[in-house]
Amino acid sequence: MPTAAPPLATPEQLAKYEPVIGLEVHVQMGTKTKIFCSCPNEFGSEPNTNVCPVCLGMPGALPVLNRQAVEFAIAASLALNCQVRQASIFARKNYFYPDLPKGYQISQYDRPVSEHGWVEIVVDGQHKRIGVTRVHMEDDAGKNTHDGYRDSDRYSYVDLNRCGSPLIEIVSEPDMRSADEAYEYLTELKLAVQYAGVSNCDMEKGNLRCDANVSVRLKGAEKFGTKAEIKNLNSFRHLKMAVDHEISRQVALIESGGRVMQETRLYNPDLDETFAMRSKEEAHDYRYFPEPDLVPLTISAEWLSRVKAAMPEMPSNRRKRFVDEFGLREYDAAVLTQERALADYYETAAAASGDPKAAANWVMGDLQALLKAENRTLEDSPVSAARLGELAGMVSKGELTGKMAKDVLAKMASTGDDARTIVEREGLKAISDTGALEAIADQIIAANLKQVEQYRGGKTTVLQFFVGQVMKATRGQADPAVAKEIVERKLAG
Amino acid sequence: MDVHTLTIASIRAGLASRQFTAAEVCEAALRLAEAENSKTNAYLRLCPERAMETARKVDATITAGEDPGPLAGVPVAVKDVITTRGITTTCGSKMLERWVPPYDATAVERLEAAGGLVIGKTNCDEFAMGSSNENSAFGPVRNPVALDRVPGGSSGGSAAVVAQGTATVSLGSDTGGSIRQPGSFCGVVGVTPTYGRVSRYGLVAFASSLDHIGPFARNVGDAATLLETIAGRDPKDSTSAFAPVAGYTEAMKQDARGMRIGLPTEYFKGLANDTGDQLAKGVDLLKSIGCEIVDISLPHTEYAIACYYIICTAEASSNLARYDGVRYTFRSERAQTMAEMYQLTRGEGFGAEVKRRIMLGTHVLSSGYYDAYYLKAQKVRALIARDFAQAFEKVDALVAPVSPFPAFKLGEKIDDPLAMYLSDIYTITGSLAGIPCMSVPCGTTSDSLPVGMQILTRHFDEPGMFRLAAAFERAGGFTV
Repeated sequence: MPTAAPPLATPEQLAKYEPVIGLEVHVQMGTKTKIFCSCPNEFGSEPNTNVCPVCLGMPGALPVLNRQAVEFAIAASLALNCQVRQASIFARKNYFYPDLPKGYQISQYDRPVSEHGWVEIVVDGQHKRIGVTRVHMEDDAGKNTHDGYRDSDRYSYVDLNRCGSPLIEIVSEPDMRSADEAYEYLTELKLAVQYAGVSNCDMEKGNLRCDANVSVRLKGAEKFGTKAEIKNLNSFRHLKMAVDHEISRQVALIESGGRVMQETRLYNPDLDETFAMRSKEEAHDYRYFPEPDLVPLTISAEWLSRVKAAMPEMPSNRRKRFVDEFGLREYDAAVLTQERALADYYETAAAASGDPKAAANWVMGDLQALLKAENRTLEDSPVSAARLGELAGMVSKGELTGKMAKDVLAKMASTGDDARTIVEREGLKAISDTGALEAIADQIIAANLKQVEQYRGGKTTVLQFFVGQVMKATRGQADPAVAKEIVERKLAG
Repeated sequence: MDVHTLTIASIRAGLASRQFTAAEVCEAALRLAEAENSKTNAYLRLCPERAMETARKVDATITAGEDPGPLAGVPVAVKDVITTRGITTTCGSKMLERWVPPYDATAVERLEAAGGLVIGKTNCDEFAMGSSNENSAFGPVRNPVALDRVPGGSSGGSAAVVAQGTATVSLGSDTGGSIRQPGSFCGVVGVTPTYGRVSRYGLVAFASSLDHIGPFARNVGDAATLLETIAGRDPKDSTSAFAPVAGYTEAMKQDARGMRIGLPTEYFKGLANDTGDQLAKGVDLLKSIGCEIVDISLPHTEYAIACYYIICTAEASSNLARYDGVRYTFRSERAQTMAEMYQLTRGEGFGAEVKRRIMLGTHVLSSGYYDAYYLKAQKVRALIARDFAQAFEKVDALVAPVSPFPAFKLGEKIDDPLAMYLSDIYTITGSLAGIPCMSVPCGTTSDSLPVGMQILTRHFDEPGMFRLAAAFERAGGFTV
């Protein structure tokens, strides 16, 4: 039943309230096999082919927990600063749906794999910790398709390939106070989980799914307002839009004398609004109870420390270190730590260059341009981090001019040779001797009197002509800035 | 060759001396089963092709001079709640009438690898829920000892075929007494091993934390041999035990002299009937072969039935959720919407007892009731297990009745579910504790109905249980 779009709150009304937001995030982990059977954990097969009796939930089949899934869950927990429980148990979450072949999901309930973590975010320069209540493991369901088939008017189709794919659910504390904070939290969470090597967190592919619990209360009020759960937030942008919309809807509702209902709402990005899906009364009673087919999961101190030892440095740490150790600007440090592979690349390049700041510029600038032009990713970059670092170092030491280095980089990419080989083969060398450059500049000025007159007559753009001539005469080995300065001085004189 | 009286040992001897071949045993057993089944309705279907294929393999192995395995040429019947690849497995339910599983239960795989011949699938209460085998969607089973009486349940078919002699041994499943009680009603040996001793992979779940697969046989030795074959860790079942499988048949060689046997006083109260008399004779016999008899108290016994029916129905309500009309061939033809698909399919596909238990189980797990029912029941379960643990500090084994009465008449109790539940009183406690327990024949009542004696031992002390059972059998205890 289409209803009129709900009224939204005015800025004055909004200013009276404080939003309270918590997120529930599902991450599909990139294990080799599914969580309770040995089917490959991969997608794109024909419907209902990547399945076995266990993930189909066939009568008599039993789940066996995947060790790698546990290690990934531990790694994600550590990345989110959670305390890993020594003993956790699986529980059945019972509900009927055609994409759920067992009639229950194997999840964790009162004893999840880890608890009490946090994620640090920065919003408007302010650092803030968002609490992570818990991380728990569970199996994914299949997928229903309601259209696209010849008889879709009468039937829905069920594809169970995704059944048993390993998930973790990460539940936050209701610590966020704006859509921006929610956005930053999800960004940092994603980064941490990616760094931990647990998932690629591709939201478009459904590897990262997010639900938001939103309530509002008058500023200064102690008690939380009634919350609504918003589902179907399948991009970062939608999360922000949906939360903003929901805050506004709730404030307008309260301001007009209404009451927020505890309910589940779906976000419709096309209309940019949320609409009610089911109320509290209609909410499922999941009838959780301990899964009798699995023994309690025991994570020994030794196992935990092994996973811990294999953990990479987390992005927030790395960012700080890039600023403190390498003197990078906060912004550059953030860009370089956006992906673990990029940060790794940069660190190697920085070490090889001896000039971390210059290396940062090369990685963010020329390298990215090169990759973009060749339509490649960092993983198959034609220039290794060490070689790019070496090139950057040569510029910093004055062995090459920036312009020369750009050409060398292109040649490195096309030939696969390192910078030094190319420089030696082509006899390249920056002319740092200003005396030599002055002599060249004198010659050029003497040979181009017409242009000298134009310049002196006020057509200053002719300056570039002279610089170009110097560069040409030196086969690019001059520093263009130095050349410009010399020519300018001489023409003025 | 008389199929009725074959034992694992006599088949082994006959094959070794080339008196008959496995194929001949197989054919004879199938013929007999075919001929006799109309009397009892114990088999839901025979699987001659599969059995003959294994028999021919066994014969070829013998011809090649190799060891054909401990169950070579032995006709085995399998309860229809245990999956068999390519062979319809119905669980006694209309819901699975046409379901053909694509995989074998681990127990079936192992017994076949040992040369056993799976000759047929046996009738049972729907999804193993019942104590009389009257809850099968495919008609009740009749007790071969007295055809107007029930064979017990839920593994009534598996007990009946062994009593009838159409299979040498069989597999049943026990959740609260479903092997021991029909064993006692039909006058055969029925064994519920320690929880986790036999893989549950391929056992269609009723109540996962209580379900066991176990053997039926006409003598203790055959039951021990079958259990030895199917027992042991299975990586496909997380709850299967790592403990090595002790030599059960080896333990049987020892006599029972000096064993301390506890009689739980709570189990003998009010047993003033034929069953009580037969058990008293059995206990006297145990004394005569050198056992020391002491009284033992298991104080939490009275809470067992309530505890059991909360836990088993809770688990069942979840385990049976998968029969929703989406798969497994049965879907109500009247269903127009998704909700109707669930409601009508389950309404039409399940029998009354199954629906009763699903509703009970759904209720005890529902929000606001969980703590009062399920959680409390788990605590009681722990207390019952502790009762046994304390008893086993004083004695080597417990001896108890299996059922308060012998096989009753068809239809006698079917309209009184509570009376039916109460008849499980002596078997439920052992199931809740997860300890090994078995029923051995202990004579008959004045009406010539078999009585069973239950033997219970510590976790994984199957050797002690078989030792006592075999000594009792040798002393003539089956016919006291």
